[in-house]
Amino acid sequence: MSIWLLMLVCGAVTFAIRYSFIVAEGHYRPPVWFVQLLPFVPVAALTALVAPELLLVDGAFAAGRDNPRLWAGMVAIAVAARWRNTLLTIASGFLALHAIQRL
Amino acid sequence: MSGRAAFLLGLGAVLPLLLGVAPFGVIYGVVALQSGIPPLAAMAMSSIVFAGSAQFLLAQLVGVGAPLLLSAGAVGLINLRHALYSASVAPLLAPLARPWKLLLAYLLTDEAYAAAIPHLGEKDRDKRAQAHWILLGSGIGLWSGWQLSTLAGIVVGSRLPDGLGLDFALPLTFIAIVVPMLGSRVLLAAALAAGAAAVLLHGLPYKLGLFIAALVGLGVGALLNGRRA
Repeated sequence: MSIWLLMLVCGAVTFAIRYSFIVAEGHYRPPVWFVQLLPFVPVAALTALVAPELLLVDGAFAAGRDNPRLWAGMVAIAVAARWRNTLLTIASGFLALHAIQRL
Repeated sequence: MSGRAAFLLGLGAVLPLLLGVAPFGVIYGVVALQSGIPPLAAMAMSSIVFAGSAQFLLAQLVGVGAPLLLSAGAVGLINLRHALYSASVAPLLAPLARPWKLLLAYLLTDEAYAAAIPHLGEKDRDKRAQAHWILLGSGIGLWSGWQLSTLAGIVVGSRLPDGLGLDFALPLTFIAIVVPMLGSRVLLAAALAAGAAAVLLHGLPYKLGLFIAALVGLGVGALLNGRRA
């Protein structure tokens, strides 16, 4: 099987998903409950991406001293809450990770 | 606000995120070559598929010789959350001509969406009218950063030392975006519910847990909103 064919199919699938609601807009009237869900999309989707990265180590729940990413993540969350600065948040998270790993 | 100013606003919003995205792109380049994907195809995948986590999965599937339909289905499941982004921006893009919609749909990634969305709130009427330019700026910025970092991963990635923890950059980026958005208890509850569900459901295949967890977060948010109203 050609890797190129595979990429084209996967690219088409990905594009179709991203285009779905954009192209359908105006051709249907979304139900009220659906519209009320939308303001929560950014925080729900992005937190779902982050949480497993902080709380799982090799697929197992880990909230102890053996999980430096959790504590580095907590530092980053505190910095993000206090200063709302992207670069500062990423930098503090990395510094915290390396500091904790060295302890 | 002019289109040019809106474009630059979107571009400026995504630039700090590239600090987190670039290491991810470098790692993708390394993983793709390790899976036996030729350099040219590995590079092309970043513009043809253009979806970080799906590209990682695809590289793994190619490595084990998975069949085409299964691979395409898996990529679809991983990217299902983009349908939520699509629904979220669709009302803003409704008046646009077809080429705009096609282009912005192609550029609709986690990071480009996340960078643009803080500027597209109900209160930002002036900016909402230029939403397409903001999304174009964040989309092109992210696309360019992704292509360059992929290229870097393909060319020099295998010479990077282990143990840098570069893959931690992306979760940190999302933390930087999400935390300032949590301006109310309802939003916080929606985020916590989605995060808890994602941890509990992580064992589901093809990262399907991510999509279901996002839906759980939406549901909790909407329910609490309804009770309060």
